[in-house]
Amino acid sequence: MAVDQEKLLQFLLRQGDNTLILGHRVSEWCGHSPILEEDIALANTALDLIGQTQMWLGYAADVQGEGKSADDLAFLRDAWDFRNVLLTELPNGDFGRTLLRQFLFDAFQSVLMGRLMKSSDETVAAIAAKASKEVAYHVERSADTVVGLGDGTEESHARMQEALNYLWPYVGEFFASDDVDAAMAEAGIAPDPASLREEYDALVGKVLADATLTIPASKYAHKGGRTGYMHTEHLGHLLTSMQWLQRAYPGCEW
Amino acid sequence: MKNEWPLWEIFIRGQHGMSHRHVGSLHAPDAEMAIKNARDVYTRRNEGVSIWVVEARHIAATAPGEKGPLFEPSESKVYRHPTFFDIPDEVGHM
Repeated sequence: MAVDQEKLLQFLLRQGDNTLILGHRVSEWCGHSPILEEDIALANTALDLIGQTQMWLGYAADVQGEGKSADDLAFLRDAWDFRNVLLTELPNGDFGRTLLRQFLFDAFQSVLMGRLMKSSDETVAAIAAKASKEVAYHVERSADTVVGLGDGTEESHARMQEALNYLWPYVGEFFASDDVDAAMAEAGIAPDPASLREEYDALVGKVLADATLTIPASKYAHKGGRTGYMHTEHLGHLLTSMQWLQRAYPGCEW
Repeated sequence: MKNEWPLWEIFIRGQHGMSHRHVGSLHAPDAEMAIKNARDVYTRRNEGVSIWVVEARHIAATAPGEKGPLFEPSESKVYRHPTFFDIPDEVGHM
């Protein structure tokens, strides 16, 4: 049974837009990190994410079949076309919030990539296999930093708890399944995200406990990013900066 | 109050069979983070297969002022170099 190509495209855009938007956010730290070592580490992470984006959006462009490239999808779509979860577009805040957001994302990716490596779609499986090694390193590093800062000084702990209170309502969107996910699950291309929640909570719960941080009790979850229904006001500002060159100088290459 | 993280000396093995070589130093709060930072700072262009880190304060070193007594006496002892043996051609590169 051939899978609905429009739904496959939506699935691929969700993957590629997550890594693109978070990659751009993380790249904003370049030259601004608290120390040289973290500056390079964050730049490496951003580059890994953008490298994964090239694979996801490259495949998305193939499936779309309109002769576009990954670059076209990254730089010439508008805010309402993006399918990233809201978490990835949130402003960096302080260093602690950036690393906590990174951990919450890395943990999800580490669970998801393990499943996508067994995808019935060979290209998806190959992309996941390549990304999984980067993801394994990212989640180890961000988890260590979250524990270090959470279980650190009084000030770093307070900042991390504040960051968790701010970010946690954005975690639920990872698991908000819809008909695109149902079609992917039926075709064996990707798991239903809702089925990943237990594994995610176990991983995240352990690290946050080690970090002496308390997960907020509220189950409220912001949504609207992965469906494109409504992004936060932050995405438009991010795109203005990220897409500026291609908008001002269409087709410019170097 | 001390705000600076300790300094770590970084040693990288470029390929299997080679020895670890000192490549530089960096700051990190503990050994695990020092390894991660070394991975990010010194192996991002595929330079290594193994990383050692050691906190700089644990390295005992010779003092520059002792250079004379320590090293000069060996300058005049050419007989310590095994260059006075004839190596048969068949042995090849040693």
